[in-house]
Amino acid sequence: MGALLEIGTMHYVALSLVLFLIGVVGITTRRNMITVLMSIELVLNSVNLNLIAFSFSHGDLTGQIFAIFTITVAAGEAAVGLGILVAFFRLRQTTELDKAAELSG
Amino acid sequence: MEFLTAHGQAIFFFLFAAVAVAGALGVVTLRNPMYGAVALLVSFLSIAVLFLLRNAEFLAVVQVFVYGGGIMVLFLFVIMLVNQHQLMETKKYVDNRWVAIGVCLILGVVLIQAFMPAALSDPASTPAAFTDVDGEARGNSEAIAWLLYRQYLMPFEIASVFLLVAMVGAVVLGRRE
Repeated sequence: MGALLEIGTMHYVALSLVLFLIGVVGITTRRNMITVLMSIELVLNSVNLNLIAFSFSHGDLTGQIFAIFTITVAAGEAAVGLGILVAFFRLRQTTELDKAAELSG
Repeated sequence: MEFLTAHGQAIFFFLFAAVAVAGALGVVTLRNPMYGAVALLVSFLSIAVLFLLRNAEFLAVVQVFVYGGGIMVLFLFVIMLVNQHQLMETKKYVDNRWVAIGVCLILGVVLIQAFMPAALSDPASTPAAFTDVDGEARGNSEAIAWLLYRQYLMPFEIASVFLLVAMVGAVVLGRRE
């Protein structure tokens, strides 16, 4: 009980793992493209949680710098991903991923 | 009351961890992407609180601004633009979802194997390092700026070019022919 209430890196890694897996399940199972993009954001956020937990436990700020770059990449990815989504919607009038099957014949 | 003061960090951690996981589950399970976006916002904000508990004050604020402000507005804007207030998707999940969930669980076991030894051998934390600027104690954001603009200046500049490229790409993709 004492080890459970003493918040350490293990707690953060476990939470980050749970969020990561929920995100990956969302990416692989949902059909709606918007939800898939939101799940990708969730995955990137769980990585940030991990970086910050290890940054704290090592007493090194580099992890937080890395998290800043992850947030930058997440912002760029959201912008381009949603741009692709809008272009796809204009082409197909839907956001279902299964409709993007041109290359599979 | 004694319990609250002694285990305040644990209470906050478990409370906001539960909210974050609930929000994440909402994103994956809710049919309407609008509700999913709100659940995602709840998850982002509680993760910002968890950042605060690990002495990452600057990143907590950045999380609220960039995720809660920027990315969320982008998502909501596109959902309203695209959704047309009717749900065209008949099925929520892909057909072979149980295979996907099984593979994800295997991935989870692999990640536990990979990460838990590192997490359990937790080195003693030195919180002083978070505010250390040339041996002087300053704020967290000042310490981050010190490191970012000296040691990581090149990645910082590359990130700004990356954002420019992403912006141009998004404009080109969203443009009408």
